[in-house]
Amino acid sequence: MIPVVEMRDITKVYGEGEAEVRAVDGVSLTVDPGEYVAIMGASGSGKSTLMNIIGALDVATTGTYRIDGVDIGDLDDDALSLVRNRRIGFIFQAFNLIPRMSAAANVELPLMYRGVRRGERRRKAIEALGKVGLADRSHHQPNELSGGQQQRVAVARALAMEPSLMLADEPTGNLDSRSTADVLDLLDDIHDEGKTIVIITHEDEVAARAGRVVTLHDGRIESDVPAGIR
Amino acid sequence: MILIEALRSGWQAILANRLRSILTTLGIMIGVAAVIILVAFGQGASNSVTSSIQSLGSNLLTITPENPNRGGEIVNPSVQELTVDDAAALNDPIAAPDIAGAAPEKRAAVTCTIDDLSHSTQVVGTWPSYFSITNSPVASGAYFTNADELSGRRITVIGSTVAENLFPDSDPLGKRISCNGVPFTVVGVQQEKGASFTNPDDVIVAPLSAVENSLTGYGEVSLISVQATSPDTTDLAEAQAIAILDERHGTVEGTRDFEIFNQASLLETANTALGVFTALLGAVGAISLLVGGIGITNIMLVSVTERTREIGIRKAIGASRRFILLQFLLEATVLSVFGATAGLLVALLVSRVEIAGISPSVVPISVVGAYVISVAIGLFFGSYPAKRAASLRPIEALRHE
Ligand SMILES: Nc1ncnc2c1ncn2[C@@H]1O[C@H](COP(=O)(O)OP(=O)(O)OP(=O)(O)O)[C@@H](O)[C@H]1O
Ligand SMILES: [Mg+2]
Repeated sequence: MIPVVEMRDITKVYGEGEAEVRAVDGVSLTVDPGEYVAIMGASGSGKSTLMNIIGALDVATTGTYRIDGVDIGDLDDDALSLVRNRRIGFIFQAFNLIPRMSAAANVELPLMYRGVRRGERRRKAIEALGKVGLADRSHHQPNELSGGQQQRVAVARALAMEPSLMLADEPTGNLDSRSTADVLDLLDDIHDEGKTIVIITHEDEVAARAGRVVTLHDGRIESDVPAGIR
Repeated sequence: MILIEALRSGWQAILANRLRSILTTLGIMIGVAAVIILVAFGQGASNSVTSSIQSLGSNLLTITPENPNRGGEIVNPSVQELTVDDAAALNDPIAAPDIAGAAPEKRAAVTCTIDDLSHSTQVVGTWPSYFSITNSPVASGAYFTNADELSGRRITVIGSTVAENLFPDSDPLGKRISCNGVPFTVVGVQQEKGASFTNPDDVIVAPLSAVENSLTGYGEVSLISVQATSPDTTDLAEAQAIAILDERHGTVEGTRDFEIFNQASLLETANTALGVFTALLGAVGAISLLVGGIGITNIMLVSVTERTREIGIRKAIGASRRFILLQFLLEATVLSVFGATAGLLVALLVSRVEIAGISPSVVPISVVGAYVISVAIGLFFGSYPAKRAASLRPIEALRHE
């Protein structure tokens, strides 16, 4: 079985000399298909930096990284875009929907970049919006939706891509407890369908949903244990 | 495929910023309209000058007496003037096969009156062939004839300006006007020739014998008008006229006591000058088009900065550099094509209006040129912002607030 995420000795260094920051410092991490992994750690411990590397938004300073067995170490900008487009579904803390575009259009966007025809991607977008319970909001623009609804649109966007990996960076950080529960329930459903999920969070309540909790400290993995043990 | 999707994305962005898009379009619109309108006016001016020169007769040569002097020193002190006999000698189908006709003109300033109206003008004493040689048909009445010339009848064909001044609301035909105290009966009114360097309609034309007899006395003539058989033979006719007059006057190149003025070459000179004028007007328009183009760069740069986060999101979910580049390029191009179309419509509308007596004439090449250039401007001035957008790094763009 090919792991979805396979990291060997990944480091990410910002700055030089005196100002050098090793945001990620020798991390090796493997995530198998169908796993639900939470990454925790104090502020500044390197969670977001790691997530950017996992999501192919950024490249590591040293170390090797394979997504679905594909080494992305020496891919150029456009090739990385392609990897993100085919394999990664992002859910951001700040939702990151495109303003002045309907929910459906936002969900369609990654499919458009993939070259899916209009009718087909519209159908998939509506289907994904249905899954997150927003079928009736497909024509609304982001500023006409609540925070929880926006995040559900973002989940639908990630879902419609049918990615190998759902990657969420503090997806509930900007939400109230009601919407938090909605989004986490959605992620549970997605996981139950067999999807691989990596979620970054501060909150134990969120981490409790995962099957495995990785804790970072100063850019290193401090512990990597099944959920419920902590 | 990617082109259509990029165009659609660009179009959405244009609609999302309607006011800004319209203002940007306005810049290009003004530029394109300026180019087309200014060139159309240049062309219109050129047309009107050309046609007024042509109305003087494009195969017309004018011979005037000229005292050749070099550096103020008179070269030939025994200058002979142009005479009626010179004119007669030019009407020689054997020595001058390319000259269709020649008529002497004796010109003098006169003041003509009728009742209490008075008008200062110029009398032209000439032969009846003058009318065909100088392409001066009458609008009403008749020409005078050889018989009138022989008998020295005091009759006249008046120019339209004279007719307007002396007969503001009556028919001039058959009326008797008094010019410097000499009575002339109006037998015809010339067709209006229109504006030129001098007003060709401000004349009265009368038989040469009558003018010499009563107004100027006999002797030299002011000029001789010569008509070539066709516009293409003006140069031949000019050479033949020179040969005949050189022989009669005993002159050669350098001592010549007359000068030949060729309408065809005047037309050429005028056209060259007007071409420069039109090009200058076009250049002024082109500058405003350039300013419009810089406006596009400006707006697109603002747009890229403002949409940095959006670009980051698009790249995070898989947009390639190429797609972002295309989207922004097409956005700029669509804006400039819209501007160009609007500018073209405005230009075509404005060009229907006659301004300062010039009716603009739209030059097709200026329309095509302005259109092509404005599309090129969209691509050129849009390319820098588009490249900036395409090369944004997604993590940094996502952090942008
Ligand atoms: N672009 C950058 N340039 C320099 N240093 C950076 C940059 N990005 C992150 N860092 C540093 O790397 C370290 C890890 O940052 P990171 O954002 O990954 O932390 P985090 O665990 O996500 O924190 P938080 O929970 O507050 O989001 C921090 O010390 C940060 O200052
Ligand atoms: Mg973070």
